Amino acid sequence: MRQLFDRNTWQEIFQSISKNKLRTFLTMIGVFVGIYIYIGLSGASQGLDNGFERQFETIAKNSLFAWGQSTSMPYAGFKTGRQIQLKLSDVEVLYNRVPEIETIAPRNVKGIFGSSPGIITRGLKSGSYAVYGDFPDFAEIATKKIYEGGRFINKADIEQARKVCVIGERTQRELFDEEEDPIGGYIKIDNINFQVVGVHKFTPGGGFESDSDIFIPFATFRKLYNTGNNVSWFTIAAYDDADVIKVEEDIKAVLKNIHSVDPKDERAFGSFNLGEIFNKIMGFSQGMTFLSLIVGIATILAGVIGIGNILLISVKERTKELGVRRALGATPAEVRNQIIIESLFLTMLAGIIGIIAGAMTLKVIDTFTRGGDFPYTNPTVPIPYVIGSLLLMVILGVLIGLIPAQRAVSIKPIDALREE
Amino acid sequence: MGSNSLHVLKGINFSCESGELVAIMGSSGSGKSTLLNILGMLDEADSGEYTLDSVPIKNLTETKAAQYRNKFLGFVFQSFNLINYKSAMENVALPLYYQRVPRKERQEKAIEYLDRVGLKEWATHLPSELSGGQKQRVAIARAMAAEPKVLLADEPTGALDSKTSYEVMDLIQKINDEGNTILVVTHEPDIAEMCKRVIHLKDGVIVEDKKVEQVRAAQYVQ
Repeated sequence: MRQLFDRNTWQEIFQSISKNKLRTFLTMIGVFVGIYIYIGLSGASQGLDNGFERQFETIAKNSLFAWGQSTSMPYAGFKTGRQIQLKLSDVEVLYNRVPEIETIAPRNVKGIFGSSPGIITRGLKSGSYAVYGDFPDFAEIATKKIYEGGRFINKADIEQARKVCVIGERTQRELFDEEEDPIGGYIKIDNINFQVVGVHKFTPGGGFESDSDIFIPFATFRKLYNTGNNVSWFTIAAYDDADVIKVEEDIKAVLKNIHSVDPKDERAFGSFNLGEIFNKIMGFSQGMTFLSLIVGIATILAGVIGIGNILLISVKERTKELGVRRALGATPAEVRNQIIIESLFLTMLAGIIGIIAGAMTLKVIDTFTRGGDFPYTNPTVPIPYVIGSLLLMVILGVLIGLIPAQRAVSIKPIDALREE
Repeated sequence: MGSNSLHVLKGINFSCESGELVAIMGSSGSGKSTLLNILGMLDEADSGEYTLDSVPIKNLTETKAAQYRNKFLGFVFQSFNLINYKSAMENVALPLYYQRVPRKERQEKAIEYLDRVGLKEWATHLPSELSGGQKQRVAIARAMAAEPKVLLADEPTGALDSKTSYEVMDLIQKINDEGNTILVVTHEPDIAEMCKRVIHLKDGVIVEDKKVEQVRAAQYVQ
């Protein structure tokens, strides 16, 4: 230990390292590549991880969608092929019978899945856009970014069936002038005047939504399009700790019960389980992280073994020098420690350079992929992983240094001196 | 090393006073290097006693042997054995490093000893930039730097031509004049004559041990 903190030791080591530059360089390459690959891979998998997270950031991670289809089995006097229509009254029953549900947001829509979109006009400008009837709860499941000064549909809008709407960015561009503030302005949806209360920012994340969607209060939608208690689909969020697959099954069972559908009928209700897909993707990226850990450790190991190998050769090369040193009074412990510290120092130096190079590579990749659709965000390696890999290198560096060190002292000084 | 054992030294008995300059002579295979290695604690005798400055030298661990070598002994080798990536000054300072002498002091001392062998201006040169004679003088400076009780020289002139051999011997004589004890292994009679006492070895036994009239090497050196 005393030797480790002695300035003289380091002078000796620096000298022997810097006087053998090529050897030092070759020695370090192995560990450098190892740690570089490790940092690069685990940073990339972290980037993918973050990318997927970002894709899902606009929607609750354990949410699912459920809608009615047509039955495929006769049941309770109904024949096959009956179209199932979800009702607003289903919501209460679902809340009561499936306690894992946190929020249900029923939605109605006009303009997708084959129905004709709403005709929107404002003065001389017009367009046809999808119109959604929404509850404020929807914003809790799928975050809608609303531009400054605007808001999403609120409770009072529903209670009073207000004629207000939230429009998309494209709708704003196409119906309003550039410098015009759309908030408070009026547009006509299928010939009824609506006041614009907000503009939502569209985040691409798959699905059928777009930057032109118009959201109006559910209560207003049912009056406007005469949909009564009909609901196009439910957007449901389960509590964080709930098992989304089980929740999905429970919801379907309850719906089958309400709508008098055969419990074995698999076709009557459709659903899309985002939570399940999210879990699968997260599982994949966890697998990537694990893989990069394994590959990284293996390459570091290979690199350290390379250092051991080259030090072994260098010890052989330096047999005579070590013999001279021992004739001049170097104790075996001093010779051994010097080689171990050399190994440790080379390992650490290569490792730190590798970490820096890896981090710079990640930074460059990040710069190139920024803003694209590719799910890759902020590729970073957690500090504990970096410290862990450095620690691993210290341990391996010392252990592998023991082999050449032991070899160096196992030769008697007299034999070492005799060697030509 | 080898698995075959060979009985090299078959009963050596001699003692050496402080301040002596002894030549150990003999043809190759006579055991002179083995004797020197035992004296240098680089090798160990199978039986017998060895007392250095009234310290019995036996059953040494490697660590203890290293410390004794560092404190008591200075080595000069036939092939110089300088560390090729260290400058002359650093080579001379090396035994002091193992004595834990602080760096500054170490360097001053190294320069001082280089000055004594007349190579002060060559302090920063690498061994590859020095001639054979200069290398051996650096090696002698290195051996002297630790201020050992005994200087052991194994064929110090073996790799040198006669002119530089005499220069080196002149240096060794001067060091001896200052009161240092020196043992020189050689097979060259003219080198042996420059010592004060000559021990002849043959087949592992001392056949002759005589004091000689010292021939000063200085007369051959211009």
